[in-house]
Amino acid sequence: MNIESQDLYTQIILSMAALVGLTSFLMLGQGRLLRLIFVFAIQGLLLTLTTAVAAYSLDNHHLYISAVLTLALKVIFIPWMLRNEVLKSNLHRDVEALGNQTAIMLGGASLMVFSYYVLHPIVQTTSPVMLNALAVSLSVVLLGMLLMISHKQAIAHVVGFMSIENGLFFAAIVATKGMPMVVELGIAFDVLVAAVLFGIFFFHIRSSIDSLDVDLMNKLNEVDK
Amino acid sequence: MNWLIAILQTTLFVALAPLLAGWLKVCKCYLQNRQPPSLLQPYRDLLKLTNKQPVVSEQASWLFIKAPYIIFSATVLAATVVPLIAVDLPTSASADVIVMVGFFAFARFFLALAGLDVGTAFGGMGSSREMTISSLAEPAMLMAIFTLTMTASTTNLSLAISHVLEQGLVLRPSFVFALFALILVAVAETGRIPVDNPTTHLELTMIHEAMILEYSGRHLALIEWASQLKLMLYGVLCANIFFPWGIAQTFSLHDLGYGLLAIIGKLMVLSIILGIAETLVAKMRLFRVQEYLGFAYLLGLLGMLSHIILEASR
Amino acid sequence: MIPVYLLLSIAFVGIVFFALSGHKAEIGKINVWFNSVSLFATIWLAINVLNNGTILSADKAFLIDSFNVYLIVLTAFVGLTTSIFSNPYMAHEKELGKLTDKRLKLYYSMYQGFMLAMYLVLTTNNMGVMWVGMEAATLATVLLVSLYRTPESIEAAWKYFILCGVGIAQALFGTILLYYAAVQIGDGENALLWSELFQHASQLNPEVLQIAFVFMLIGYGTKIGLVPLHNWLPDAHSEGPTPMSAVLSGLLLNDALYAVVRNKMLVDGATHSDMAGHLMMGFGLLSFLVGALFLHRQKDIKRLFSYSSIEHMGLMTFAFGVGGALATFAALLHMTVHSLTKSAIFVTVGHATQVAGTQRMDKIRGLIKTQPKIGWGLLIGTISIAGFPPFGVFTSEFLVLLATMHSYPWLTLPLLLGIGIAFAGLFRHIQPMVYGEKPEGQQPVKANLLPVIIHLALVLWLGLAIPGFLAHWFSQATFLISGSSPL
Repeated sequence: MNIESQDLYTQIILSMAALVGLTSFLMLGQGRLLRLIFVFAIQGLLLTLTTAVAAYSLDNHHLYISAVLTLALKVIFIPWMLRNEVLKSNLHRDVEALGNQTAIMLGGASLMVFSYYVLHPIVQTTSPVMLNALAVSLSVVLLGMLLMISHKQAIAHVVGFMSIENGLFFAAIVATKGMPMVVELGIAFDVLVAAVLFGIFFFHIRSSIDSLDVDLMNKLNEVDK
Repeated sequence: MNWLIAILQTTLFVALAPLLAGWLKVCKCYLQNRQPPSLLQPYRDLLKLTNKQPVVSEQASWLFIKAPYIIFSATVLAATVVPLIAVDLPTSASADVIVMVGFFAFARFFLALAGLDVGTAFGGMGSSREMTISSLAEPAMLMAIFTLTMTASTTNLSLAISHVLEQGLVLRPSFVFALFALILVAVAETGRIPVDNPTTHLELTMIHEAMILEYSGRHLALIEWASQLKLMLYGVLCANIFFPWGIAQTFSLHDLGYGLLAIIGKLMVLSIILGIAETLVAKMRLFRVQEYLGFAYLLGLLGMLSHIILEASR
Repeated sequence: MIPVYLLLSIAFVGIVFFALSGHKAEIGKINVWFNSVSLFATIWLAINVLNNGTILSADKAFLIDSFNVYLIVLTAFVGLTTSIFSNPYMAHEKELGKLTDKRLKLYYSMYQGFMLAMYLVLTTNNMGVMWVGMEAATLATVLLVSLYRTPESIEAAWKYFILCGVGIAQALFGTILLYYAAVQIGDGENALLWSELFQHASQLNPEVLQIAFVFMLIGYGTKIGLVPLHNWLPDAHSEGPTPMSAVLSGLLLNDALYAVVRNKMLVDGATHSDMAGHLMMGFGLLSFLVGALFLHRQKDIKRLFSYSSIEHMGLMTFAFGVGGALATFAALLHMTVHSLTKSAIFVTVGHATQVAGTQRMDKIRGLIKTQPKIGWGLLIGTISIAGFPPFGVFTSEFLVLLATMHSYPWLTLPLLLGIGIAFAGLFRHIQPMVYGEKPEGQQPVKANLLPVIIHLALVLWLGLAIPGFLAHWFSQATFLISGSSPL
């Protein structure tokens, strides 16, 4: 698979995959919430571009709708909402201590290798391009989880959650040229509702523990209850 | 004939470097709502400095006096390696990209020594900072350049650029990373914001300016010129490696003229981008520079990895 | 197809209607009526399927076969009986001042929202829509878990939201891989339809499907509450309102398992190996044993029974994993009896906590002396869930054991051990609560135990003799899933 022999569409998809993977790593190492949200918005923008390119080159009109939905939800609405939340909670000057940064980054890198390992059997049936796209999406999903584990702020958890969605969305666009319309609309609806619910939850969490630090929510456990 | 063009190209490099610095200044002034100086102001400054008699400290050794000449000539030699308006020139065929990095290191070595030579506090501080930064920047830069050379299977810049040109427009993930890495390194190496601020002499933050604080007259002119040349070199590297279109592949007058126009256009755009970035970004603390360069190295590494994973043939 | 549309539109109208007027008096009764109409629609549907076999809607959006139709009826039935229970329960909670008008609106509206999501998961023919429905079920119930707005309930809801959201994202990745395998052999828009996939299962790429199934099992397994993905389950069950615990345990877990089994059918068709079954057996057995062991450590009565749910879901997953006609039949039966019994238990537990004013088991004492019907209800429910004959749980567990002994003899021992541990774990807690002296000032509450009586009677009936039409029904479903008939 020499990249020169691929068509332009594939080249764009591969570049986008690389960049989306990069944004996931950037988020992983980000201690400031506003920047985290900014990088998340960039990732959303990359997804929008990928979708638009896919829609154009495959001449698939419903992908344009997906692109617009992604733009509205993941680039504008959710980052806007989270940003407001950060400013409201006065967290924009806080830098979160992120534990062992090197270990987290190495963990992220090994997750990426792991996703290649998991998906490698696929290569028998398809071009390596698809393997790359799928492996990058899976690693975005896994890196989103790692982000949730390594950060303590509820807002960072939401960013991780949504970036998991981003990874899935990327897989859907690239590997399968978009899911059927009804499914895609359903997923977009679920994401929207989830975003609104997260907003409600921030309010509740803040009024119950006076902070958005998830580590302070430790009332429920199996021991000593 | 070929040698003539090679000499012409190097002369162009040397001659145009102050102009680029002037243009950058103009861009920044407009962006910051200030009255810009003339485009030719850097030339006037150089001229004025050349006419002044240099003042040299009594403590200074011979090294202090020789250093500006060594730095300037090393930088000019580096410039001969980099294709500006045409590829396949004899000068660039004789040396590859590692030699170029070597010239930079050579110049930096003497600059740092000169900073230490006089024994002032600032000079030593500047030298130590400069070495710290360059020790981190150099691997990142090599990593970025190697991404290119692995794609083209040669370390010769000129051949590599021809290779990229031959393949036409190929969007490579690795090049995207390498470009970002190279831009970050270029910003650090040429002492621009956010790593160093070329317009300030605030003692606690300066790096480049601290080393050359003791210089005056024509010595200062040479060092300033060399650093302008270095800025242009990095600009040309970014522009010609990643967007080589327009560069002359034959030595006809038409192609050469076209190549000159192309590189001028590319550099103008690059400096506008740099101007915007310098206006928007604040200078970072010295201790955060390592993070910044670490990130550049990471990008270079990612470029290399994505070359191997995503692009290499199996 | 009319009953399906009726079913979905009733629930949808319910969401809007209760969002507007969920705070009024008598609203609980209207909720009961809504659910009665749903049950009526599902029975209509069931008769149709029983007479005519599998129904596929004209646009192929809905598929009703003998497997899901019985789950649809079960869902509507438990939905109805729980709404009968929730009527006095929520009224009592409002009297205590735990709930405001706004939250009651939310509760009733989302009750219907949850039912809608469940019906959607069960009736749809599209694997993608199935995922959307499962996610929607999380979204509908997450605010109900935090309905009381205590710090504990908000924590539980957050945990539920995050864990299930992340978990189910894995299932979406699996679905994407499934779709990826499907578009290689079929056209795009129809490639996720289960009816198409099942028909062409043998052509699907086995490598891709194996990977997809792992993601599906992890994703939907989070919702089933499989160990080690079960952390949200006891919290969400214990902190939410009790009717919610009843439907979560009785319906949501079942439907997640339903999704896994649907996928297993595809994977088995494609790979012709036991890989999917072995995975399910492993996770199922682990959940069964861990659930049984954790029963002993509980101090909160609702957590106790949510661990019992984990244990039973583990057993069902195990049985589906074993495969074969007998095990599948047993798993289907167990799904039914567990749903009925567990929701009955949560209903009595709800009343018991209202009697005692706490969920801590060391504070709940003397139930039979205070209010005999609640005490006996809890006791009989526990006897039933622990697997005593002659209740239906005994029958299904016995069949699971039989099937295991047949296929994997050495796995019978851990199963027997687990049943024993669970039995001891339940009774050491229940016995002092039911018997024992009545604490000072403990008063009976207004309770409607009709759902409990109906559920337990049904379970008893299923234990004594499975009626002919039901057995026929189960064996049809078994034939569909396992490819061979048990009877």
